[in-house]
Amino acid sequence: MNFIDVPLHAVAHARAGDKGNRSNISVIPYLPGAFAYLVEQVTEVRVLAVFAHKGATAVKRYVLPKLPAMNLVIDNALEGGVNASLGLDGHGKALSFLLLGDIDVRVPVDCVPESSPYRERLR
Amino acid sequence: MTTVHIGCGAGFAGDRFDAAVPVVAALAHAKGERFLIYEVLAERTLAIAQRMRRENPEQGYSPFLDTYLPLVLADCRRHGIRIVTNMGAANPLGAARRVQTLAQQLGVQRIKIAAVTGDDLLATMSQDELRREPVIEGIALGKRDIVAANAYLGARSVADALATGADVVLVGRTTDAALSLGPLLHVHGWNPDDLDRLAQGTVCGHLLECGAQVSGAYFPDPGLKDVPDLARVGFPIAEVEADGSLIITKPPGTGGLVSRATVIEQLLYEVHDPHNYLTPDVVLDLGEVEVEQIATNRVSVHGARGKPPPATLKATVCVDAGWLGEGEISYAGPNALGRAELAASVVSARCRAIGITDPVRVEVLGTQAIFDSDARSRRARVTPDETGEYRMRAAVRTATRKSAQQVADEVLSLYCSGPAGGAGVRQHIGAQVATASILIDRARVKACVHLVEQA
Repeated sequence: MNFIDVPLHAVAHARAGDKGNRSNISVIPYLPGAFAYLVEQVTEVRVLAVFAHKGATAVKRYVLPKLPAMNLVIDNALEGGVNASLGLDGHGKALSFLLLGDIDVRVPVDCVPESSPYRERLR
Repeated sequence: MTTVHIGCGAGFAGDRFDAAVPVVAALAHAKGERFLIYEVLAERTLAIAQRMRRENPEQGYSPFLDTYLPLVLADCRRHGIRIVTNMGAANPLGAARRVQTLAQQLGVQRIKIAAVTGDDLLATMSQDELRREPVIEGIALGKRDIVAANAYLGARSVADALATGADVVLVGRTTDAALSLGPLLHVHGWNPDDLDRLAQGTVCGHLLECGAQVSGAYFPDPGLKDVPDLARVGFPIAEVEADGSLIITKPPGTGGLVSRATVIEQLLYEVHDPHNYLTPDVVLDLGEVEVEQIATNRVSVHGARGKPPPATLKATVCVDAGWLGEGEISYAGPNALGRAELAASVVSARCRAIGITDPVRVEVLGTQAIFDSDARSRRARVTPDETGEYRMRAAVRTATRKSAQQVADEVLSLYCSGPAGGAGVRQHIGAQVATASILIDRARVKACVHLVEQA
């Protein structure tokens, strides 16, 4: 199979939410065939590394194969959240795109949707 | 079999003012029981509402009541579409009287309005009693003055209000899902032990509570996730059968998109453990949920499982948290990055020199600052262009308004005393509310329904 290295953004979409100082980010593959690669590669350890500079202390990953999707719960990712953060985004609403941009995955080419701009870049 | 149609008119205070109009038009043609919900109460909104009520006992309900309801009240009454909303905020009875006045002004006759109270814990508990409850999330309460403390009521209180025959139900703090689950309990007669159906109804409420976030908004990523006609995005409508079958759709002729992807994003929004999503009505398990596209802009959601609810209710406690002061200034063109970063270092030095002791965050927007931390450790790893458009931002949290203003004014002074070409200063000084979540014994919280009628 022809594998490629792409940002997670090429393979999955995501939405971030907050409760207190905890962020949750869903990660949803565009194509169900990509899910196994995400489960293998978007690990708690790698996700924690993306948010370490914000002070994140732990990541719990929930895998939901029926959807399929995963839910990442990141403790202390929000510098205190809306109660205390000095940043522009106390809710951490933009953090879904930090994750999508900072994690690279190695997947078969057909895990990237045909219509995706990432396919163009691969040609 | 009666189908319950629930449309959503707002997913937060400040949501699009006329979004409900196409929803009401679609509900008017639907067969079955029809409801329109508005969710406008964020965690800290109640603190602001309580302050308004202290200043004027008739106030303290959502100021958005006057924005949203006059557009739909007459049509809803004409077509038998019942409105359920948490615009009651800190004063559901005041909100009910306001709706009565609006109905009079609009010539809407024979309208029954119900208010649900009982969520306000300051009415039944002392500050010391509240401070003794363990905090499960958020700030330590210590000796701080509590501005608002509200328990999350469940769907039963909404169903009880609908049982009075009310056309409009105004609640304060309930779970957001209760705005949808309440009508389902009322029409379908679900019992507390119909756990899987309660779970499906909770999923319905969860999917609707953020408005168009399930129907194509907060979703587009051009080229990857395209959504037709976002400017006319249709707010969602759920169709729920007595067995808990759930379909999410949107009004015909509107923009937006209801797809597997839009629904799954919202399904997991602000969920932590998807196998144990706690509500006062049911503990929701999303582990077996399946999402299926059954037609264009129609998505079926099934497989939610329920477990008995916890013995305690969550409550949000709001306290004053001083002031946030912010100032911003832009630099553009050649060497803009260098000038913006010089501005940041000047503001830092000035804040130290004038004796600001609280941490001041200075950063340059355009360098991925929104992803960064106070320590700006990410900045060292990105290499933005020297030429471009950058905006320096300074922010501080302080006990006094004066100190917050001082920091913002150090940005303002850059106009004449900073790097070349500084432009477009904006300042923001705002009073802050901090929150803590506590758990309250259910026996301490009694919901009560009050009826107001308009002849």
